[in-house]
Amino acid sequence: MRDRTAVVGVGATPYYRRGESVPETELSMACTAILAALDDAGLGIGDLDGFAIYSSSCDPAEIGAVLGVPEIRFAAGLTSGGGGAAGSLGLAAAAIVSGQAEVVVSLMTLQQATRRLGGTEVDGRLAYLAAASGGGPYGGGGIPPSLAFTAASGLIAPGHSFAVLTQRHMHLYGTKREHLAEVAISQRNNAIRRPTAIRKEPITLDDYFAARMISDPFCLFDYTMESDGAVAVITTSAERARDLRQPPVYILASAHGGMGRWGPAIFKYFQAPDEYFASSGHRPIARRLYEMAGIGPADVDVALLYDHFSSMVLMQLEDYGFCGIGESGPFVADGNIRWPSGRLPVNTHGGNLSEAYIIGMTHIREAVEQLRGTAVNQVAGARIALTTGGPAGLPVSGTLLRRD
Amino acid sequence: MAELSQGVFPSPIDEPYADDVTQPFWDAALEGRLLGWRCRGCATFVLPPAPRCFQCQQTEFSWVELPGTGSIYSFTVVRHALGGYLQAVVPYVSAVVELDGTQGAGARMVANVVDCDPDTVRIGTAVRVVFDRVSDSLAVPRFAPL
Repeated sequence: MRDRTAVVGVGATPYYRRGESVPETELSMACTAILAALDDAGLGIGDLDGFAIYSSSCDPAEIGAVLGVPEIRFAAGLTSGGGGAAGSLGLAAAAIVSGQAEVVVSLMTLQQATRRLGGTEVDGRLAYLAAASGGGPYGGGGIPPSLAFTAASGLIAPGHSFAVLTQRHMHLYGTKREHLAEVAISQRNNAIRRPTAIRKEPITLDDYFAARMISDPFCLFDYTMESDGAVAVITTSAERARDLRQPPVYILASAHGGMGRWGPAIFKYFQAPDEYFASSGHRPIARRLYEMAGIGPADVDVALLYDHFSSMVLMQLEDYGFCGIGESGPFVADGNIRWPSGRLPVNTHGGNLSEAYIIGMTHIREAVEQLRGTAVNQVAGARIALTTGGPAGLPVSGTLLRRD
Repeated sequence: MAELSQGVFPSPIDEPYADDVTQPFWDAALEGRLLGWRCRGCATFVLPPAPRCFQCQQTEFSWVELPGTGSIYSFTVVRHALGGYLQAVVPYVSAVVELDGTQGAGARMVANVVDCDPDTVRIGTAVRVVFDRVSDSLAVPRFAPL
């Protein structure tokens, strides 16, 4: 797979606060993002022949019909939820390298006007039943006998689950709320400079500690925001990429999966073995990415790490080898993830915490902008970017991108 | 649905939605006993029950009685109620509990922790099971510090 495909186009709608994209729909926003991404690449709808998605983001059949795609040759998605974000590029690359399709779109479109992700419906009881019955956070299906083993625990939302993982990390390694705050504050600083960002009010450490607690150790600023919008990315062969409008951003490596006993989804991580309970679940992904790419963590210039919760950035810093296991707290406290001064600027777009939450696709967009040299918070001379999806139910995923 | 009362954590369900496999667990719970689902091949405990043992992939299990004690492996104190039915009980503690008599991972229980000041709960705190009878068919296992 290495370097045989490239991201050639990126398109997006504006990012909206939850529900504010109405009267647009998920379908209309998907179409807007896809057309913009094709245009960015210098391609048209007649060129598009594949869909490589994740988290059931769209129905390629519907989009194909609405947009008049001449022929669909590949339509597949990674299973589970947001963990597949970065891995959708690997799926696109697999389609292209295997000769099944030539121009493949990966996308997320999201509108939370009538439903909210992650079981945070107004009536938590119904949300829990819906969430548990689908085997994932997005609902559907009947009520399985296993439900009764967790339903009355009071753990009803993703934030509760990740708080439990985080509390264990703090217990094992001495990670502090100040370290979580550094993630939130550094990302907010990045978002402030970015026109697309939804949250631009500066946060100080005092603000962080004054924020209301939601689920210990998480306060308001440790949580992703809830957003609407769509982002689409076009991948094609490296050969074809060289003739297109933008400088190619090569897919250096991509991997998805995880340790088998990590678990299927929210509420079900809790049986993971001690060795990786308090982790992001990304260690096997990191190992395979670096092997495939023939590089190591020190070669990564900018990291776009999936950040639905601040502490999950910390655990990914460890799992991707930017610091030792358990050392992410001191690592961020030393300023290492700050842009532009840090050794490894992280989430230069502001991430899910401060720019917008389009389930990981904004991270891919930012990685591409960094490698084109057009990012708002440009990392000088960036050549290699890491982008990830998850922690979430497996698969979680990562992709390394590079420029010439 | 069970009536909510002060000091008793609400349950969003009032029946165990049991099948032939899980019914004995809930029958024992109504009698105040905690059972574990143990592989007959390698003695690994699996909770909630699954069709196969993750260690040896066999299908044969037995329900065996556990001491009902354990320790808090991790937890959160929930301070913001998401569902209306939880508003009267925040802050509350939800924990992952490792059960004595099991190997730990693979048979942990996710449960509410009761009879304690949420701010005193720690990882490693020793707990014992208490059953909250919310209906004639469901007694919910919860844990209280020893």
